[in-house]
Amino acid sequence: MTAPQLPIDPYNLIITGVGGQGNVLASRLLGRMLVAQDYHITIGETFGASQRGGSVMSHLRISTRSAWSPQIPHGGAHMVLAIEPSEAFRVLAVYGNPEVQVIWNTRPIHPVSVITGQAVYPSLEEIARGLTELSARNWPLEATARAQRMGNPILGNIMMVGALSAISELPLGFEIFERAIGGMMSPDKVPVNLETFSWGRAALA
Amino acid sequence: MPIVSSGAKGETALLMGNDAIARGALEAGVRVVAGYPGTPSSEIIQTLAGVASDHGLYVEWSVNEKVGLEVAAAGSFAELRSMAVMKQVGVNVASDFLLHLAECGTRAGLVLITCEDPGGLSSTNEGDSRHYAKMMEFPLVEPGDFQEAKDMAAWSFELSEKMRNVVMFRSVTRMSHASGNVVLGGITPGPSEARFQFDGDFMDQIGGPVVTFPGMVDAMHNRQLEKLAIAREIFETSPFNTYTGPDQPELLIITSSAASLYSREALALLELEERVGLLKLGTTWPLPPRLLAKHLKASEKIIIVEEGLPFLEDNVKALWTELGPEAGTKQFFGRKDGPLPPTNELNPDRVARGLAEILGMPSPVPDAAYGERAGELAKSRAPFRAMTFCPGCPHRASYWLMNWALKKDNRKGFVCGDIGCYTMGAISCGFNTLKTSHAMGSGTGVASGFGKFSRFGFDQPVMTVCGDSTFFHAVMPALVNAVHNQANIILVVMDNSGTAMTGFQPHPGTLSSAGGGALPALDIARICQAMDTKVVIADPFEMEATGEILLDLLDDEGGGVKVLILRQACALSPGKKGKRLFDMTVNEKTCMAEDCGCNRLCTRVFGCPGLIWDPETKTTRIDEVICVGCGVCASICPPGAISKKEVA
Repeated sequence: MTAPQLPIDPYNLIITGVGGQGNVLASRLLGRMLVAQDYHITIGETFGASQRGGSVMSHLRISTRSAWSPQIPHGGAHMVLAIEPSEAFRVLAVYGNPEVQVIWNTRPIHPVSVITGQAVYPSLEEIARGLTELSARNWPLEATARAQRMGNPILGNIMMVGALSAISELPLGFEIFERAIGGMMSPDKVPVNLETFSWGRAALA
Repeated sequence: MPIVSSGAKGETALLMGNDAIARGALEAGVRVVAGYPGTPSSEIIQTLAGVASDHGLYVEWSVNEKVGLEVAAAGSFAELRSMAVMKQVGVNVASDFLLHLAECGTRAGLVLITCEDPGGLSSTNEGDSRHYAKMMEFPLVEPGDFQEAKDMAAWSFELSEKMRNVVMFRSVTRMSHASGNVVLGGITPGPSEARFQFDGDFMDQIGGPVVTFPGMVDAMHNRQLEKLAIAREIFETSPFNTYTGPDQPELLIITSSAASLYSREALALLELEERVGLLKLGTTWPLPPRLLAKHLKASEKIIIVEEGLPFLEDNVKALWTELGPEAGTKQFFGRKDGPLPPTNELNPDRVARGLAEILGMPSPVPDAAYGERAGELAKSRAPFRAMTFCPGCPHRASYWLMNWALKKDNRKGFVCGDIGCYTMGAISCGFNTLKTSHAMGSGTGVASGFGKFSRFGFDQPVMTVCGDSTFFHAVMPALVNAVHNQANIILVVMDNSGTAMTGFQPHPGTLSSAGGGALPALDIARICQAMDTKVVIADPFEMEATGEILLDLLDDEGGGVKVLILRQACALSPGKKGKRLFDMTVNEKTCMAEDCGCNRLCTRVFGCPGLIWDPETKTTRIDEVICVGCGVCASICPPGAISKKEVA
């Protein structure tokens, strides 16, 4: 079996956020969903010291052909999932281009520089305006707010994956998600993740 | 069961480099695994510990890397395939034993895995351990992708047995913490019966005592060089050294490790695959001379693309001079004289710029106008996100207290420290309290020196901090030194109940083994008492009482070493994670904020990420998404506007 052709090969996806938001889980989940369909996946992750309140970024390279560099070349992102809104700008400054698409969670996590008053966190309007200027398309998503209502803010990452599945050129259907999440979580946690994924998928469908 | 353990032969799995290494070791029938945690190496032992009982392995988190390598060496001597795992700085710790080990050799396959961190993403240095392989004369291998991470890990055991010496396997962050497709091989259980034979003579590699000894140095050293020659010959035809490109390339890239992935990407970006050759070396010490000669002869321009110091670069140049005039005139490029940067990790862009410069091509610049505008917007839309202690971290409270006590004491006292999350005591989240920081345990050693300088008129109080895991790893000898030499210091052990920074691995002070089984815990307080030091135990979250204890210790004219153990588990510890101790609230009416009094002490100075400063209402709010309810901010709020209520 060979994987279905991609619109762009390698397809470059970046998931960005702050330590503790479930970045790494989201990237591995997407990786599993795609490896199961015979794609070659390379994931580069920055964690360790940087997870202590710092920015966390995962690079996914999706290809029908081979492994690629775990770091995407500058200007080379096709899709950005920003689990923390301001982090989208940090990513676009290096990896963005006029064709890039962005899905962004509307819930900020204030960095210490903002808490201490050395810096100001932008308003959601400023963020939306900036992302509209820097991307071909962008979709805000109230992922954390909705996840909080579902009982756990960490589910925001799964919601973002669900949203991606609705708009992306990548094959990320519900059954594929169901199979991948089943292999990553204990059975009692699967239903809430399925519900969360579906909500994210419906939000952008 | 994780796929590393359960995956069948022929199955394709998405594996993190570290899991690929773990799987390779399982496929090779490893039996003994030991080491000390350190990013980016920790997942290898963690993964193997989780499946140890399924595969009949002995896996331990050792007290430090030297002991870890010694335990693994014992495995090899007992005829069990064995592996030691550490990060780059750990190899320095293990290096004294390593020199002797390489001299006398091994029995069953012994592999030393070192996972290094070019660019210092999770390290305080860019240490490159490959030089140990050259300096101490044993073979070095470096995987170039995830499949090789597995395959070469398994093959390294075979290589070790073929020449009866240790093999160094070097990974880097972008290999260890990156993931890719890996086709699994079958798991072949290795011999499981341990025995140590010693009846032969001293030079009997298989049946004699394993001893380095003055009278045998020359004979053993010669035997060691013969082993290196065996490895060199194997490397000449190794399938892990590959070449792609034209027969007579305009430029030859010689590369290894993650840098080979960047090189491939750079060639694709510049569409140079038909013009530039790529020699990817999996075996980087000793270099196979015939293989190198063949490729060196084919091109006049050579660039060495590697992660770390110019190790391969120097060795290729040396080999070229040994080849003599027949190799021809060459122009070498790399990290030493450019065009690649001499420091920091590489990436596809850095490599592409270097190649373009050599070939006189324009650099592959992404849309410049876009980049400029995006950079501009990032400045205003993405405020700087510094590293900080997690919400609920006991270190924030501990440093707050130390900083407060030293200021109150007012004699320019300071804190020496070392490696752990608590290194962040040197930056604003730790109130810039830490003033020296080097290697594991060196805070206590350096403090031990400062604590002896009163004869030179030195009268500043000297404190030092260490974590509970670090206490066992390297602080104990330094503490012995300080006690014995009567240094005037206060050691604060910030005991958060585990090796927190690297993912909460157990250590000799905790009750569990790597695989979770029960082990006896050594009590830090009793160890210090046995050294005849004054020992006080306190809770950093009991701010008032602990602050007074610190002041008392600073006031104590008694001299010598005093130990304060600050006990409070890490906010991410398995016992605490997801559990909220207190519900925190801010009374908007009593929060005085900017207008008077505290000048935003909690947000401006204390700076816990669980707090939000609301510029509109000019009050502090609790961020209910990330606050873990430790209650410390309630203790520091001057007007008592922050209150805590125990969670029912």
